Amino acid sequence: MKQYSYFPGCSAESTGLGYGLSVQAVAGPLELELLELEDWNCCGSTPYGSLDEEESLVVAARNLALAEKKGLDLVTPCSSCYVTLADANLYLIEHPRMLARVNEALAVAKLEYHGHIRVRHIVEVMVNDVTPEFIAARIKTKLNGLKVAPYYGCQLVRPRYGFDDAENPTSLDSLVTCLGAEVVSFPMKARCCGGSLSLSEEGKVLGLMERILRSATQSGAQCLVTPCPLCQTNLDAYQGQVNAAFKTSYKLPVLFITQLIGLALGLEAKTLGLDTNIVSPAGVLDYIYNPVSYMTNR
Amino acid sequence: MKSFLDEVKATPGGEHINACIQCGTCTGTCPMAGAMEYPPRKIISMIRAGMRDKVLASSSMWFCLSCYMCTTRCPRGVKPTEIAHALESLASQHGYRVGGTSTPALYRNFVASMRSNGRVHELGMMVRFYLSIIPELVRHPVATIKIMPLGLKLFSHRRLPLLPTRIKGREELARILGKFREVRGEA
Repeated sequence: MKQYSYFPGCSAESTGLGYGLSVQAVAGPLELELLELEDWNCCGSTPYGSLDEEESLVVAARNLALAEKKGLDLVTPCSSCYVTLADANLYLIEHPRMLARVNEALAVAKLEYHGHIRVRHIVEVMVNDVTPEFIAARIKTKLNGLKVAPYYGCQLVRPRYGFDDAENPTSLDSLVTCLGAEVVSFPMKARCCGGSLSLSEEGKVLGLMERILRSATQSGAQCLVTPCPLCQTNLDAYQGQVNAAFKTSYKLPVLFITQLIGLALGLEAKTLGLDTNIVSPAGVLDYIYNPVSYMTNR
Repeated sequence: MKSFLDEVKATPGGEHINACIQCGTCTGTCPMAGAMEYPPRKIISMIRAGMRDKVLASSSMWFCLSCYMCTTRCPRGVKPTEIAHALESLASQHGYRVGGTSTPALYRNFVASMRSNGRVHELGMMVRFYLSIIPELVRHPVATIKIMPLGLKLFSHRRLPLLPTRIKGREELARILGKFREVRGEA
């Protein structure tokens, strides 16, 4: 078992519940021991940095200091937590004066950070530590060439941390293909879905979601997979709003990458939180479990 | 007195603003440029021209989605995404209240939820956000009515728990932040 400090992020128990559940479910079979960081706080995300940039470094640093005590890499499934924590980490390592100020503040809680932690995204861990070959060897349910559009979103690959290309990434593709699914050509795979502005500026970002859903649908995808809780919520929960605004009729299931991996590992849909998906993934399940009837009933 | 340019250069990520050659790759790349009064290339030139009030009172940077595409493509390493965050942060700290966007209200409610619980309670944050923009909602009744089924869909799929999760270290976090403000004030 490989050990990691685990940072679920706030959404893992609410809007991204299906992500939180499916990460936990696949960890065992993939021999990952995810030790939840004790009493972690919200990373601060974009909003905190937008209200007070310097203070947001301290918010992130409390988590980094907690993780440093354990001495394990800090792994998160959330792309926003990933960028926030990794960015703060890099900034503090490169700016010793700021780190000293942050440590003065952390000292009131007997915490200290030295810059010794690596912040990693679960996708990067799956690709580099677990490896697609290892996953492929553990497949129990064949995905029968299910056509999948791998949607990376932004913050998994940008700003660049070097583990994948910033505009034409392929890491998620390798996870999808190792499961026996087929990756469709998907030019919009790393374009923005609108992020949290779906709440504050819905009218201005629905078009961004529409072009992603259109690109995936036109490529013949049966579902979209993503490693980001906010992308999943936008493309899944707002799909109805997109259809209303653009007079379209998209009905594209949006799965977390760990839900798809879990299905291939033979785990039950409920264990993977597939009941929390708003656009029904029934077509995907039917295709996997009853490929013959799926073909004849079409 | 510090110039506006120096103020921006002193922020995390704002250091490289002088390297900008005004090529416009950032604006051409930005998925929200059309919604901005001052798109990225223009706002960088305005910062360098010292137009502090005009920049900080504008809504433009609040449309940044943090997609980092401009940062990836900038041939000079300027990091326009970080500059947008710096401008939001400066505007917030100096009390600029901008019209034409609900994003500052969203961010304020997000941070308030985080500060009181140690984690963000998404349902609570959303409710407070919508309450804080009632005048805006009244102006767009149709859009407002459409929000309801969306919330219910999330709620019925277990994705908006009623109760917040609170961390044990809430007070500890508050003390850490208090101490940081003190340390920063001295610097």
